[in-house]
Amino acid sequence: MTTAIDATGVRKTFGRTVALDGLDLTVREGEVHGFLGPNGAGKSTTIRVLLGLLRTDGGDVRVLGGDPWRDAVALHRRIAYVPGDVTLWRNLTGGEVIDLLGRLRGGLDPARRAALVERFELDPTKKGRAYSKGNRQKVALVAALASDADLLILDEPTSGLDPLMEAVFRRCVAEERDRGRTVLLSSHILSEVEALCDRVSIIRQGRTVEAGTLSELRHLTRTSVSAELAGPPDGLARLTGVHDLAVDGNHVRLQADSDRIGDVLRVLVESGVRSLTSSPPTLEELFLRHYRDEADDEAGAAR
Amino acid sequence: MNAYAGTATLTRLAFRRDRVMIASWVIGITAVVLGSAKSFASLYDTPAKRASLAQSTNDNASLRAFYGPVFGWDGTGALTAWRFTVVGAALAGLMAAFIVVRHTRDDEETGRHELVAAGAVGRRAPLTAALLTACGAGLALGLAAALGLAAAAQDGAGAWVFGLGLAAGAAVFGSVAAVTAQVVETGRSARGLAGAVLGAAFVLRAAGDAATDDASSPLVWASPLGWIENARPYAGDRWWVLLAPLGFAAVCAVVAYTLAARRDLGAGLVAGRPGPPVGSPALSGPFGLAWRLHRGALAAWAAGFVVVGGVYGGLADSVADLVKDNQAVTDVITRMGGQSRITDAWLASAVSFLGLLAAVYAVQCVLRLRGEETSGRAEPVLAGAVGRTRWAGSHLAFAALGPAVLLAVGGLAIGLAHGSRAPELAGAALAQLPAVWTVAAAAAALFGLAPRATGAAWALIAVCVALGMLGEAIQLPQAVMNLSPFTHLPKLPGAPVELLPYALLTAAAALLGAAALTGTRRRDLAG
Repeated sequence: MTTAIDATGVRKTFGRTVALDGLDLTVREGEVHGFLGPNGAGKSTTIRVLLGLLRTDGGDVRVLGGDPWRDAVALHRRIAYVPGDVTLWRNLTGGEVIDLLGRLRGGLDPARRAALVERFELDPTKKGRAYSKGNRQKVALVAALASDADLLILDEPTSGLDPLMEAVFRRCVAEERDRGRTVLLSSHILSEVEALCDRVSIIRQGRTVEAGTLSELRHLTRTSVSAELAGPPDGLARLTGVHDLAVDGNHVRLQADSDRIGDVLRVLVESGVRSLTSSPPTLEELFLRHYRDEADDEAGAAR
Repeated sequence: MNAYAGTATLTRLAFRRDRVMIASWVIGITAVVLGSAKSFASLYDTPAKRASLAQSTNDNASLRAFYGPVFGWDGTGALTAWRFTVVGAALAGLMAAFIVVRHTRDDEETGRHELVAAGAVGRRAPLTAALLTACGAGLALGLAAALGLAAAAQDGAGAWVFGLGLAAGAAVFGSVAAVTAQVVETGRSARGLAGAVLGAAFVLRAAGDAATDDASSPLVWASPLGWIENARPYAGDRWWVLLAPLGFAAVCAVVAYTLAARRDLGAGLVAGRPGPPVGSPALSGPFGLAWRLHRGALAAWAAGFVVVGGVYGGLADSVADLVKDNQAVTDVITRMGGQSRITDAWLASAVSFLGLLAAVYAVQCVLRLRGEETSGRAEPVLAGAVGRTRWAGSHLAFAALGPAVLLAVGGLAIGLAHGSRAPELAGAALAQLPAVWTVAAAAAALFGLAPRATGAAWALIAVCVALGMLGEAIQLPQAVMNLSPFTHLPKLPGAPVELLPYALLTAAAALLGAAALTGTRRRDLAG
């Protein structure tokens, strides 16, 4: 078996609100999969469906070869989960919660637990009510990472961590991947996704709008080019695939569709190139394009 | 006055947040006072009957300890004030303590305080707003109770002193809670500590009143509740005595401000202790977790059952003494207890009361499930290898078995305090279980089938309490009485034991419980 998560056409409504509207998500075994989307796009709803906490209204979901609703208990022995907003029991210490969550899943490795507590600099003797948001997240992260689960489902796991701890988290996830575990990482931190993920899915309004490897996705978007030329450029404006063209004397700045970059360079070379910088689209630009589309849609709908 | 900037806004916010709660307290306590005034008016309608009640009470140390001595008996107002001045002031104090902790330590714990304090809000404003809200609620309660009593007793002067006494209770224990909220780190402990101070005040007064029959003991004067008692509404109206509790409240408020100025946000004077770095082997699986979450509350409830059972058992003989001359009162007690022997009837009504309390505990356990769900704490548990049934069962086990523990303990306490028949009374108390289970299972069914309406379980409790405590006294029709499962239980001890009602109620509880679990398995989990 090669897919850890296979969801097609998933629908979920809450009353009149459509939370998931034909969502597709495929996560291959052994990969770190980035799960992106603006707030309210349905990321957490999807995760709760994958965990069998919500029942779908349509579509097909398989997690580790099982039905997440029917086979919840058996599947959960192989899944570790870190919620986006970790709430702890007020009178249990962090260490107690780590052990409890591990035991609920069928035990955790004491050596790894100790190592992780150390690496995340977590004080396990504090009571749940005394932890900050970041420390509550560390509790859930240690419990999940110290388990022997095949699949880690992490819902914005670093939103409260400081940069040092985030670096620790990245190293831990990379190690998990090297151990052959599958990770579904929902995140808003794009550098984190770029650094960790093999493939990403972007969802919007309950639908998957983009899925693939980062290089595949980059291909779909624009490269920004900035050049100093010997003379004024000629014919750039007539090229298809050129956007946001700004000419200031001999200085040119533009955005080009990635598959048209060759044509653009040819025109520039004709005018004589003194200096040239070209940067591939960052995930951020990719992401913003989809987010902005949504904002435009909303503006359009409002009109 | 910068330290108080924003107080008015915060006070309005507090009243807005608490309007339903404060209204419920005011209406509830006023209704009890009015109901009691009405029954005093009809049961003690001649000066001779009132004098005899006063005489028997003042001659009996345990009755004096519980209710205080009767200072005056020339009318309904005097008797109602005797029965409710101290109890009403204690209840008003409880309300005020809850309000103050809710708007100080609770807000600090949840981080709401931080959000507010970051605005243009003075350092002393949150505590001041909490105290103003508590005192405002106390005044509202005092006013409502005074107006009601003045109307019911057709005599106004004493009613105002009575109302002021209730407001003074709110001021005293609201300020005490303002201090405890500075001392400990959690709202829960702050409420517990304030409750302990209130309990100590009650015990001091009770001990003093047991020792003397005119409330002159130094023990009475050592207790804020004793001061309020000594205001003597309708029996001298010594309103100036109430300056003492007000002064005490002012001192507490000053202490609270001083402590608040000396500590950091979120910290208490008593620092929270670190706990174990690893989970003990007992803390594994949903049942281990449920035990950790419920054990403290169960122990506290058991202690409460011992006290309540002890008081009822200890009063049993005195009550027979007290009412032997008044046929009307005897009739009410025997109707509530459902039998002719007055002692048995009193004990049976004690057992019924414990049954109602046990139902409150059971419903609270069921509501804990909903609390775990909506707070998001159920999510990581259910994301483990834990089925819905096992998770729900771990809390429902406490709703089912906790009442058994409480009733056994309470029944034994009645028997031990009464001095005989302890095993029989424990059995009688345990016989309340099928009705308790029915109520708890109905609450669980709400959780499973209509989770958003789980809070309506309190309405079930309210119906059972209203019918159980007042139904017989005001002689409601049987069809209405039948709505409460407790109506169907034989009145033990004393009545013949019939098996059919127990079997039917247990079956109803089982059916509702099965529906609850099925619903819980099938529905979406809130998050």
